Amino acid sequence: MPLARLVAVLFFLCCTTVARADAVDDALAKFFDDKFPRTEQAINELAATGAANAPAILDALGDNRLLIDQADHIIVYKTTGDDLINAKTGEKLDGVDAGAFKKVRINNALRSAIEAAMGALTLANPDPQKRAGAAEAVFETRDASALKALEAQLSHESDPHVAELLRQARAAIVVLDSKTPTADRVAAVATLKARGDQDSQSLIDQVANQSDDPAVKAAALDAKAAIKAHLAWLSVLQNLIYGISAASVLLLAAIGLAITFGVMGVINMAHGEMVMLGAYTTFVVQSALPPSLLQWSLAVALPLAFLVSAIVGVAIERLVIRFLYGRPLETLLATWGVSLILQQAVRSLFGANNRQVSAPNFMSGSFDWAGLQITTGRLWIVALAILVFVALQLALRATPFGLRMRAVTQNRRMAAAMGISTGRIDMLAFALGSGVAGVAGVALSQIDNVSPNLGQGYIIDSFMVVVLGGVGNLWGTLLGATVLGVANKLLEPVIGAVLGKILLLVFIILFIQKRPRGLFALKGRAVEA
Amino acid sequence: MSVTRRFVLRAAGALVGGAVALSAFAAHAEDTIKVGILHSLSGTMAISETTLKDVMLMLIDEQNKKGGLLGKKLEPVVVDPASNWPLFAEKARELISKDKVAVVFGCWTSVSRKSVLPVFKELDNILFYPVQYEGEESERNVFYTGAAPNQQAIPAVDYLMSADGGSVKRWVLEGTDYVYPRTTNKILEAYLKSKGVAPEDIMINYTPFGFSDWQTEVTKIKAFGSAGKKTAVVSTINGDANVPFYKELGNQGIKATDIPVVAFSVGEEELAGLDAKPLVGHLAAWNYFQTIDTPENKAEIEKWRAFTKNPKRTFNDPMEAHYIGFNMWVKAVEKAGTTDPDKVIDAMIGVAVPNLTGGIATMMPNHHITKPVYIGEIQSNGLINTVWQTPGTVVAQEWSPYLEGSRDLISDWRHPMNCGNFNVKTGKCGG
Repeated sequence: MPLARLVAVLFFLCCTTVARADAVDDALAKFFDDKFPRTEQAINELAATGAANAPAILDALGDNRLLIDQADHIIVYKTTGDDLINAKTGEKLDGVDAGAFKKVRINNALRSAIEAAMGALTLANPDPQKRAGAAEAVFETRDASALKALEAQLSHESDPHVAELLRQARAAIVVLDSKTPTADRVAAVATLKARGDQDSQSLIDQVANQSDDPAVKAAALDAKAAIKAHLAWLSVLQNLIYGISAASVLLLAAIGLAITFGVMGVINMAHGEMVMLGAYTTFVVQSALPPSLLQWSLAVALPLAFLVSAIVGVAIERLVIRFLYGRPLETLLATWGVSLILQQAVRSLFGANNRQVSAPNFMSGSFDWAGLQITTGRLWIVALAILVFVALQLALRATPFGLRMRAVTQNRRMAAAMGISTGRIDMLAFALGSGVAGVAGVALSQIDNVSPNLGQGYIIDSFMVVVLGGVGNLWGTLLGATVLGVANKLLEPVIGAVLGKILLLVFIILFIQKRPRGLFALKGRAVEA
Repeated sequence: MSVTRRFVLRAAGALVGGAVALSAFAAHAEDTIKVGILHSLSGTMAISETTLKDVMLMLIDEQNKKGGLLGKKLEPVVVDPASNWPLFAEKARELISKDKVAVVFGCWTSVSRKSVLPVFKELDNILFYPVQYEGEESERNVFYTGAAPNQQAIPAVDYLMSADGGSVKRWVLEGTDYVYPRTTNKILEAYLKSKGVAPEDIMINYTPFGFSDWQTEVTKIKAFGSAGKKTAVVSTINGDANVPFYKELGNQGIKATDIPVVAFSVGEEELAGLDAKPLVGHLAAWNYFQTIDTPENKAEIEKWRAFTKNPKRTFNDPMEAHYIGFNMWVKAVEKAGTTDPDKVIDAMIGVAVPNLTGGIATMMPNHHITKPVYIGEIQSNGLINTVWQTPGTVVAQEWSPYLEGSRDLISDWRHPMNCGNFNVKTGKCGG
């Protein structure tokens, strides 16, 4: 009897493994056709076998790393380390040219299928991060076939964060299933309510519309209202954050102008090109640095961009603007001409195409903070804007140069009479203003196109900020940038980007009628108009 | 300060030499057929148009190596309208009146085309326009080798509505605020409604030129897309604004499997300057992709790379349009036996030349060409792979049947109709 049982067990073992190997082979064979519907069948069948190497194969497929040789009927996948692995046997292939293989084509529908399959397959992965990703994938796809694996994992999940995600994924599946007991479904609605994001909202909407169970429906309606209120709050906060981020960009672009325009009354239309030069300096630094130092490229680019733009600024001041003081119209036209020359010079030097400036790892991506999306790169730009603002305030308040500059701003002739070389101060102020614009360029290279036209997009906005804030006052520039940035981002979702911009312009025109000197007017006896 | 005799002699010699060279040039010029190239080489549009100038120079060079046309050499005349719309008209006039060109290849934006239109009509010359555009136009002096909306936008939407494309039910039409996106979106909106899409499932949104802060817009798209129905974005965002848009999509974690974006003006050229990883799966609709595997395409790309001495140069859709347009013009001139624009215009209709994707492009009586439509997905290497294509070529509908006021119009430049906007209801030419 025991012998018979043993034989039966052995038979069962051998033949199920054979069957499974066959199933894997069958599934893999479907990849050779390289037709979308066949590939989809292959994905689902491969996932159903639960074979140990299925996740690796599906992952490779999603990344375009699954290769086939139709003539020799070999299917392989490339690892991230560029090794070729035979998908059937799991053996590493040496000395085989990857060029002989053809990639298995995929499209978005297949990518979704892979995501769903991977969700179920990686739920039991030892890496908590992978498990969390799998739970999220199941939540998004609401793949009912993953429910068993989900519950199995949930029963012995050790990581509380992953457990929470697993519960939410389970809730997303059971809440729509009318066969689930009412109490379970109500609990699922509560779980989704606690999650409280847009995905749960759309799910609960569906429940509220479809459910024929009154208890579930009532819970869903209640949760719907709660999530709606919560999301409305979040969206206002989110727009505020976007506004602050927009304000930091405006502040960076405008603060150099506040110095040149404020101190010297020079309408410098080439200011935007100083920003553009800063961005190109970043590009040059990134191409010159070895890849190992790329993380530090922005730190290297900041002082260099300041120098490059400052030197070009001084050259413009000495060669052009110096001869046009007191003639604002001529200055405007001359600097406009200079801006065109600079643009075309850069276009001839670097080409008309956009240049790619990459973001260091610590500046890319975004994170979620209490339901709010915060982009890391933008956060760094806010920090840089604050830093530049504080540094400039210190330079103007706590250094002899700053003292002289403020004296010239308030009363040029009196300052000259006191022995200040106003010409030299003009030159240094122009260098400082242009240099700060170069620093802004480094920041903008992260969020905008590095192209010869980069500066043009910011020149009008910069003038708006400076005029609104009041000429010659950095606090005014800060406030002007904040008002414009936040107002823009609060208006945008309501009336659209184009109309929002028009409304702001109208507002500034009206405001200047009322207060021609901006928010913070300088008090001096002879502030030149 | 002293002017030596030797200097005077040398100067005189140089002058005489110059005069001889000039007269030789003039004599030489009489034997050539001049081809005008009207593309911006400076200003904002230089990024797109410079390559079109280069591709024209290559095509003319090749034709000359084959022995020219009607026994004469072709001579390119390049002018730079500097992305300045009124300057386009001035330069067009200069090309036709002063340089006496037989044909002009040029323009990119619709504004520039509209600006040169009166000049071409008045001086009776020919313009080949190579870019996809909003339609609603057919002129005797213009040959449109780019796509009309039904050769690009509508097939893209059809694909997304199909099961392969994800059975999209909810639509965001996102565009830059100018004539091409506005007209295309008007056509698409009417088309979607005719397919039973409810008005509340369509969101239309415009942003200014060169828009760079996409945070709020992308959040809006995300919110619109989380209503439980499959959502897609149809993007007519222009040029530079695309890069920050796709970057922001990546930042906010919107994948192509969640909300696919199909773009009509993003090609391999634009993707070359971008990290394509977050963009994998987003779509582009064109009439040509560099990755299309045909012998003609391979040969042309090789020639292009040899001509520009850059083994990585990309070849894009408007460049293929110029390739087709130039070959059509050559054929029509050979057929007419003259470069006289009037005769060439009449000879053009019906001319058929192979395109680079293995099909045939034919010039139809509406002065538009037949084109295949390809939908491609962006791959992680920045190239675009075809996932869907029309079985054959599509004939352009320059007057959209989905727009009020345009659905009754047809154009036919053959005798005896000879009209670009014939109203079939009133039976009159002129809209």
